[in-house]
Amino acid sequence: MRILLVDDEEELVSTLAERLAIRGINADWVTSGDAALKMVESQHYDLAVLDIKIPIISGVSLKKKIQAKRPGMKFIFMTGHGSEDDFMAGSKETGPEFYLVKPVDIKTLIEKINMALNRRRDTL
Amino acid sequence: MSIFGKLKPRFFILKQTADERAKYLVNFPLLWKSTVLLTAGVALVPLIFITAVDYNVTQKSIESEFLLRTSRIVSNTRRTISFFISERKASLDFIVYDNDPEQLEDPARLAAILENLKKGFGGFVDLGVIDSTGRQSNYVGPYKLRDKNYSDQKWYKQVMHRHVYISEVFLGYRKKPHIVIAVKHDLPNDSFFILRASLDIELFKNLLSRLELSGSGDAFIINHSGILQTPSRGHGRILEKASVLIPEFSPKTEVLEEKGPDGEVLLIGYNYIEGTPFILIIVKKRRLLMKSWQDTRLRLIAFLAVSVIVILAVILSTVTYMVNKIYIADEKRVAALHHAEYANKMASIGRLASGVAHEINNPLAIINEKAGLIKDLLTLKQTYSYDDKLVGLVDAILSSVKRCGRITRRLLNFARHMDVSIESIKLDDLIHDVLGFLEKEAEYRSIVVSINMQDIPEFQTDRGKLQQVLLNIINNAFAAMDDGGHLDIMAEGKGNGLVSISIADDGQGIPEGEIKHIFEPFFSTKTGQGGTGLGLSITYGLVQELGGDISVWSKPGEGTRFTISLPLNINEKGNSKI
Repeated sequence: MRILLVDDEEELVSTLAERLAIRGINADWVTSGDAALKMVESQHYDLAVLDIKIPIISGVSLKKKIQAKRPGMKFIFMTGHGSEDDFMAGSKETGPEFYLVKPVDIKTLIEKINMALNRRRDTL
Repeated sequence: MSIFGKLKPRFFILKQTADERAKYLVNFPLLWKSTVLLTAGVALVPLIFITAVDYNVTQKSIESEFLLRTSRIVSNTRRTISFFISERKASLDFIVYDNDPEQLEDPARLAAILENLKKGFGGFVDLGVIDSTGRQSNYVGPYKLRDKNYSDQKWYKQVMHRHVYISEVFLGYRKKPHIVIAVKHDLPNDSFFILRASLDIELFKNLLSRLELSGSGDAFIINHSGILQTPSRGHGRILEKASVLIPEFSPKTEVLEEKGPDGEVLLIGYNYIEGTPFILIIVKKRRLLMKSWQDTRLRLIAFLAVSVIVILAVILSTVTYMVNKIYIADEKRVAALHHAEYANKMASIGRLASGVAHEINNPLAIINEKAGLIKDLLTLKQTYSYDDKLVGLVDAILSSVKRCGRITRRLLNFARHMDVSIESIKLDDLIHDVLGFLEKEAEYRSIVVSINMQDIPEFQTDRGKLQQVLLNIINNAFAAMDDGGHLDIMAEGKGNGLVSISIADDGQGIPEGEIKHIFEPFFSTKTGQGGTGLGLSITYGLVQELGGDISVWSKPGEGTRFTISLPLNINEKGNSKI
C-alpha cells in the first residue's frame, strides 16, 4: 500500500508521513500540485490525501487530474478550513466520510485510509 | 400609574439621553405640542373672534332695536295725542269762524253746538264764551259757571297773549280729570271774545292704557313740573309726582337709559308735546327687554363651548394619532438601521473569526503532528528511551490541541451562520451548541443548566438567527442570575405546527414598569455598563423574521421566563422578512 500526501505545509506533511511510516504505511509527500502530478506519473499509489486549499490548483481539481491519469486511485480530503463550501466540495467528490478537518487525529486518518481502500476493493 | 399616564402616547416618554434622542428624526413631544397649538390656534382664534364679534353685534342690534322701537312708539303715541288735542282746538276755531259773536251769546245755539261737538268729536264736557272783560257771558255744561269772571286768572292772561291755551290736567267738580282748551277770537272793533271748552281726558287715557308695551312697559303723561297727567301702572297716581325724573327738554323724541329708584335700569322714551304742557313718557325695564338677548347669549356661549371642545378633541386625537404613526415609523426605521448595523457588525466579527480560525488551524495541525510524532517515537520506536512523564506531557499538548481545534471549529460554525439560510435543524443540537459558548462561565459561576426537551422533530429555520436569539436570551439570563442560579430550558411541540421554547432563570427579574419596554430599541438598564439596549430588540426582530413570537413573564426577585414559539416550517408562515 502506497500513499501520497499533498499539502503546502511541509512541516505537516513530512511529520504525517513519518508517523504513518512508523505505523507501517508507506507514504510519500509533496507540497504542490505539480509535484503531486509528477509523482503520480512516475510511481504507483493506491490513495492520495489532499489538502483542499493548496496553492495554484485546488485539491478538488488536482484530484480530477490525478484521477484522469490513475483511474483506480482513491482520495481523502483534508482541510483547515472547516467551512460549508469546503465540506460540500469534499463530500460531493468522495462522500462525507472521506473528509477530514485539521488537526487530524492519526488514528482517524488511518481508519479512513483503510475504509477508502476497502471500498476500492469492493467496487473492483 | 395615573389615567393620564396610561393615555399618554408612547412618544411622550422621553428618552433619557440626548444621544438616544438624536437617533430619532424629530423631537416628538415638541412636534405634538407645536402641531396641537398651531392647529388649535388656527381653528379656534377665528371662531372665538367671530363669536365675540357676533356677540357684540347681536347685543348692539338688539339694544338699538329696542331703542328704536321705544322711540317709534313714543312718536306714534305723541302724534295721536297731539292730533287729539289739535283736532279739538281746530273744532273750536271752526266754531268761532262759523258763528257770529251774537249767535254764540245765544244759550240755545251754544247748547246745540256742544251737543254737535259731543256727537262729532267726543270728549267735550262744557263750552263757554268769555267776553273781553273776562266775564263768562254764555255757558253750557253741567256746572253753573255763567258770569264767572276769569280776568285775573293765569290762563286768561295766557290766551290773551297767545290766542290759544291748553291747560294741564285738573280734577273737576266731579273729580274727573279734565283739560281746558281756550281760543281767542279778535273782532274787527278791536274787541275780542274767548271760546273755552272742558275736555274729558278719558279718551287719551284709554289710548295710553291700551298701548301694548313689552318689558313691563308703562306709558303716561306728565307736565313740565313732573306731575302725572294720566294714571301710570308703576310710577304714581294721577296728579301725583311721578317717580321718574323730568327729562331734559328736546324738540324731538328721545330715548335714554336711567336707573330707577329701585336700582333697575330703565329705558325711558319721551317727547315734549308741542303747544301743550305735556310730556309723553314711556318707561320699559331694560332687564326684561333684554331677556331674549340673555337666551341668545346663552345659546351663543354654549355653541362656542361645544365647538371648542369638539375642535380640541378632534385636533388632539388626530394629532396624537398622526404623530404616533410617524413615531412608530421612525422607531421602525431606527430599529431597522440598528438591526442592519448589528448584522453588519456580526458579519464582520464572523469574517474575522473565520479568518483567525483558518490561520490558526494550520499551525495547530503542525503542532498536532509534531507532538503526535514525539509520542509515536517514544511509544513505538525503541531508539528513544520510553518515559511516562514525557508521554504525559505530550498527551497534555495533544489534548490542548484538541481543545483549540474545538474552539476554531466553533468560530467557523459561528461565521458560517452569518449568512441567511433556511435549513433543517435539530433543536437539541442547536441548544447544546449555544450552551457550548457559555459552559465555561456556567461552570465557573456554578450555574445549573437543565434542559427538558420533548421529542421535537427536525424543523426548518435559520440556524444562525435562532442561535443568536437563544444566545442573547441565555446571556441575559446569566447576567441576571447570581452565582449558583438555575437556568431551565424547556422545549415542546405545540401540535399546531409550532414549537415552543421557554428559557427561565431564577435571577433578579424585571421591574413591572420596564417589562413593556424591554423589546424596544435603546431600552437598557445596563447603559452605564456598556449595554447598547439593542440585544432584546434584535432578538425580537429575529424571532419575527423566523415567523415566530416572543413573550416574557417576570417577577422581581423570582426570575424571568422568555417563551419563544416558532413555526415548524418557516415557509408556511410566509411572513419571513429575510
